[in-house]
Amino acid sequence: MSTATVDESAPHPADPGRGRTGSGVPARVLPALRRAWDRHWYAWAMVAPVVIVLGVLVLYPLGYGAYLSLTDADERNVAQNIGPIHIPASYRFVGAHNYWQVLSGQDGAFYPRLEWTVLWTVACVAVTYSVGLAMAVLLNRPMRFRLFYRIALVLPWAVPAFVGVFAWRLMFNSQYGVLNRLITAVGLPAQDWLGTPGAQKAAVILVNVWCGVPFMMVALLGGLQAIPGELHEAAEMDGATPWQRFRAVTVPGLRPVTTTVVLLSTLWTFNMFPIIYLLLGNNTTGDTDILVTHAYELAFGGGAADYAGSATYGIVILMILVAFSTFYRRRIRPQD
Amino acid sequence: MTATTTSPTPSPARSGPLARRRGERAVRARGRGQRGTAASIGLHAALLTASAVAVFPVLWILFISLGPSSAWQQPHEVMHHLGLGNYRYVLLHSHFPRWLFNSVVVAAATTVLGVLTAASAGYAVSRMRFPGQRPLMWLFLVTQMFPVAVLIVPLYNLMVRLGLLDTYVGLVLVYCTISVPFCAWMLKGYFDTIPREIDEAGRVDGLSPFGTFWRLVMPLAKPGLAVTAFYSFLTAWGEVAYSNQFMRDPHITVAVGIRTFAADERADWGSLTAASVVIAIPAAIVFILVQKHLVTGLTAGGTKG
Repeated sequence: MSTATVDESAPHPADPGRGRTGSGVPARVLPALRRAWDRHWYAWAMVAPVVIVLGVLVLYPLGYGAYLSLTDADERNVAQNIGPIHIPASYRFVGAHNYWQVLSGQDGAFYPRLEWTVLWTVACVAVTYSVGLAMAVLLNRPMRFRLFYRIALVLPWAVPAFVGVFAWRLMFNSQYGVLNRLITAVGLPAQDWLGTPGAQKAAVILVNVWCGVPFMMVALLGGLQAIPGELHEAAEMDGATPWQRFRAVTVPGLRPVTTTVVLLSTLWTFNMFPIIYLLLGNNTTGDTDILVTHAYELAFGGGAADYAGSATYGIVILMILVAFSTFYRRRIRPQD
Repeated sequence: MTATTTSPTPSPARSGPLARRRGERAVRARGRGQRGTAASIGLHAALLTASAVAVFPVLWILFISLGPSSAWQQPHEVMHHLGLGNYRYVLLHSHFPRWLFNSVVVAAATTVLGVLTAASAGYAVSRMRFPGQRPLMWLFLVTQMFPVAVLIVPLYNLMVRLGLLDTYVGLVLVYCTISVPFCAWMLKGYFDTIPREIDEAGRVDGLSPFGTFWRLVMPLAKPGLAVTAFYSFLTAWGEVAYSNQFMRDPHITVAVGIRTFAADERADWGSLTAASVVIAIPAAIVFILVQKHLVTGLTAGGTKG
């Protein structure tokens, strides 16, 4: 492979007629390119499959989605095949109209959805991280039944999210659910767990935390084990209380892990689709929709499919997340 | 489980009362890693509660699935009518086996393809300095941010054009776009922990860079690869949105098919719970196989991004 490609590119720098457009810069660029190819073709070959798949199936659709968001594409005017008849697309370019509709609040859904999405993400990540850290700290010491606890605590991760969601849906059932049986057994009134928008929001957060804690716990447990034991011993010798040791040794030692898992889990939670979509089924007024599920509903929910609107939401979500990650990494870096 | 719940025996039995009577000094007298009775009880109580919360929903599904099909309305009936009726129905008289087969094919292919491509990309990023390296790492991170909503319509059109709609290949490729960036990111960190001298030794012995990667580094990276495989498998096994739009009836995966049991008007919880248990078992098996590698694999990766 290398010889073939090198031979192919070899004539280019030697060919005087080629690339010399007055300045002579390309004549210097091409040998440099060839050298780069010779040096790096192994690396490039090894990343090529990923780059090709991501390019075709992520970057191209992204560009296309960005284009759709600038049109008025919906169910009626996209290209369709009805039997043998092909109807070409007839949607028009409308510029930034969709973005204006969304960002000015005229579509009515964006700001309420954004507010709930941010609340949902912050609540989920904060609770998941705290519980995960607590579990990791508890597990990170010699004791009996350690393996048992570890397997039990990581189990929600091994179960596909949609199975976990159905389990919770069954338990939340207001008429027959086990949660109501448990609380009525101790004399409390039965609750309509999934009835009101407020209860639905609490329920989706609870289920998401249940699904998310194992990942946090495992990552933080690894982080804890990477902290040298001598640091804790030294702090102990200096008479630090357990809380002081936690603050002064554990928390700083966990920084690299924390940085990464908080970033990842923020991105994942912000875009979390199946839990909200499946837990409530059609028994929702839309109040529990985060931006992503709302965008999905626009394109694939009941009613006329609004592809342009959905794509607009998608691009806006992406912008928010890119801005967040850039800001986050910039904030983190100087402190490292 | 009951056996363990009844006996959270504190390890150093003697230090407990001592610690309480003599206070501070006894705490010092205890060795590192030892704790008093109260602390032990607290620790085990906290972990038991958390374990119960983690495990209960799964056990509850298992419990309901073993009863008659109306068991979800009368859980107390389950113990009197234990049986596999729901499983018999789901496995013999519904479309579930077909969905299961689809999911197995898609998840297995995603795992193999995902691990191989993520490993080769992760190795290249870890060991070689090449133009395009930083943008590639950035791309891996940014891909985590792509919402389903922005990609799904264009992807649908692309799939139609490439003739990949409603095919296994199409769905596997889509799942790889979800799992590979994260896996490559994780594996890059894992490869970073394998000493470079091993690569150099391989090169001295006449192996090509790819030979070094395949024969020397891959076997050493097994824990990282196990985690990657686990993640790829679960991604494919549990994905809902893409599968829902891209696959048609005989080819749908379990994640989509199972919803037909959960129709809003008349949820068939007997079949749903039995199907859920069947779906959770392979995932749990894969999980148990890799679980001891999870900590090392996960933390070596990710943390240095």
